[in-house]
Amino acid sequence: MMIRPYGDTLNDGAVQMSFTLPVAHSAKADEAAILFGKKLGFKEVEVVHSNPLSDEFTFFVVYGKTEISIDYDKVVVEEVEKSLDFYGVNNFIKENIKRKIVVVGACSGTDAHTVGIDAIMNMKGFDQHYGLERYPMIEAFNLGAQVPNEELIKKAIALKADAILISQIVTQKDVHIQNLTEFIELLEAEGLRSKMVVCAGGPRIGNKLALELGYDAGFGRGTYPENVASFIVEKMHERGVK
Amino acid sequence: MTKSKLNLDTDKIAKARELSKQITAPVQKYIEKHTTVAIERTTLRMMGADGVDSIGVPIPNKVVDQIGDHICYGATKYYINALLKKGVTPEELNIEIANGLDLTKIDFVDFSYIEEKAQELVEAFATKVKANVAYRAEKVNKYKDQENAPLLYLIVATGNIFEDVKQAQAAAKQGADIIAVIRTTGQSLLDFVPFGPTTEGFGGTYATQENFKIMRKALDETGEEIGKYIRLVNYCSGLCMPEIAVMGALERLDMMLNDSMYGILFRDINMYRTFVDQKFSRMINSFAGIVINSGEDNYLTTSDAVEKAYTVTASQFINERFAYESGLPAKLMGLGHAFEMNPDIKNGFLLEMAQAQMASEIFPEAPLKYMPPTKYMTGDIFKGLAMNTLFNFIAKSTNQGILLLGMLTEAVHTPFMQDRFLAVANAKYVLNNMADFSDDIEFKKDGIMQTRAKVVLDETIEFLEEINKTDLFNAIESKMFAEVSRPKNGGKGLSGVAEKAQDYYNPFYTYLEKELNIVKEGNKL
Repeated sequence: MMIRPYGDTLNDGAVQMSFTLPVAHSAKADEAAILFGKKLGFKEVEVVHSNPLSDEFTFFVVYGKTEISIDYDKVVVEEVEKSLDFYGVNNFIKENIKRKIVVVGACSGTDAHTVGIDAIMNMKGFDQHYGLERYPMIEAFNLGAQVPNEELIKKAIALKADAILISQIVTQKDVHIQNLTEFIELLEAEGLRSKMVVCAGGPRIGNKLALELGYDAGFGRGTYPENVASFIVEKMHERGVK
Repeated sequence: MTKSKLNLDTDKIAKARELSKQITAPVQKYIEKHTTVAIERTTLRMMGADGVDSIGVPIPNKVVDQIGDHICYGATKYYINALLKKGVTPEELNIEIANGLDLTKIDFVDFSYIEEKAQELVEAFATKVKANVAYRAEKVNKYKDQENAPLLYLIVATGNIFEDVKQAQAAAKQGADIIAVIRTTGQSLLDFVPFGPTTEGFGGTYATQENFKIMRKALDETGEEIGKYIRLVNYCSGLCMPEIAVMGALERLDMMLNDSMYGILFRDINMYRTFVDQKFSRMINSFAGIVINSGEDNYLTTSDAVEKAYTVTASQFINERFAYESGLPAKLMGLGHAFEMNPDIKNGFLLEMAQAQMASEIFPEAPLKYMPPTKYMTGDIFKGLAMNTLFNFIAKSTNQGILLLGMLTEAVHTPFMQDRFLAVANAKYVLNNMADFSDDIEFKKDGIMQTRAKVVLDETIEFLEEINKTDLFNAIESKMFAEVSRPKNGGKGLSGVAEKAQDYYNPFYTYLEKELNIVKEGNKL
């Protein structure tokens, strides 16, 4: 099935855009915005609003119509799907692993934002979904923010972790990629990579990226604690961990 | 504020204040008996110690390292002694220290000479800061009519100070009254302040004295061009609270993030270190006329904004008390709070409004700092813009002092230039369209908002009573704030705390105590 953006008629290809150009607000600037839209491949490009941001910048709201379409049947995604709930996870551990599992989490490297790891791990959880600390069959250790990778690995060893969660919120200049790569390399150097389930999470981290970097899974926007817990226990089971 | 909309019980408010006084008293006693490496480095900076050695170690750090355990006597006398013995200026002495001069290896001159020189240096410092205060007062007064109410606060954070300048100047031209240069991730955990202009940072730009100077100059220029005084903000939290405060005082910053407990709870900095440091930092801010911003919004990013609203109010009371103990007047207390309730809650807006109105009735002179939604911003920029409009509505209708503008792209990326523009346009629309709304409405007696405020105030008092029973140190250890436990001897920076010797000498501290009329806890009846 070929598809295109939908405005008010099937296949009209209507797209709304907004952007800023580094020029003063003028009729010429509006025309430049239209030409830019056309160069992007849009037809019937319209500047519906433009406004000066300063003497040197102008903001535009633009509509255009595209003739590009996508064959929806050929779209492939790799996703972490299906998930047990709070009770399901605890039962699964009881039945299959038969002991409490240990999960260590941190926002590692220089990143100071605990919001992601807290949402997954804190007792309270997020949006009415309990965090891992609340799971009777999980011993969860949230090490907080700015934990050096070496330190995180040391703690994981000391606590006999079954799984490690790394949250990365700051992604400016790809600092998260450097940090996530460094962590995996250290873990491999310690010979621990295959012994633990290792997941990365953060608003800009997808499963695809995490897999590329050598993680077992990546959890992005909209992830709840049970999604992570579910993945960990199933992965452990798959690997035959007792 | 004209009259109460919430019909709050003034006896209860007085009771909360009394409890806060009792809670902070033992902490004050501890503070008075201790100094820290940060306080000593700050004092050195007040005398003119600055610059770095060949491998980038700041001069104040070098001196404090040389002195080691003897910081219990204060660093001042070592530095002044060297100035006198060598007959050099601070600039010249800094170079010698950078080249390896050890101040502890110099014989001491008679102490009366040190005291005499100290007086001269204290006066030089005070004159400079007072000139900054006078300059600001003149400009603020001159351009008073151009200010928004609340003041509109925008953040820049490129990592490169020169890029920050461009964005800050554009933001000022778009209508911001206040520009904050957010710090690079992790600076709060550095036990030194980097030196010089910086062009690399993650999620923000290093706070350095040179960066302060560059941004100050840029905003002064833009301010003159558009006929406005643009206030500059930075962050004096972390392991260098007083040091950053003094840099701000010298470079005429106008506001500083400066919470009494934020570092402990959210950056895992040792509690003793933080308490001792926060006092001196607030004394400096007070002397320099710098408005502090406390960080209560942070509680709500880790805890639920409805259930834990009382922790915000309790923290405001405690921050207020610590600020008074540092000589800081109410008009410089930008106590914080935030619009962080789940947007799906029925009547959530009324609960938010009750909270904001309550803060403004309890702290009528304080320029309250109201923080925008972040926790429930999803990437749906259109809903984000709508939420920011409701947030702006509350800020205006409850007379907040400082309005940190929400970005529709919160949770997506660091703001684009157009995001800031849309935020200012949104706020200006609300501020103008409902300019006198607050004066024109009353709240329904025993309605949802009055009831909510009453409940939160009662919970606040209950919470303060509990803290008072166990004491503040134990309360922090036992997870009573922000659902985190911070052990008394845990966290970063405890090794930098020292008990003062009998003959501890710090003429700058003493001068500020006198100027700010601070009565020591130990001397209270």
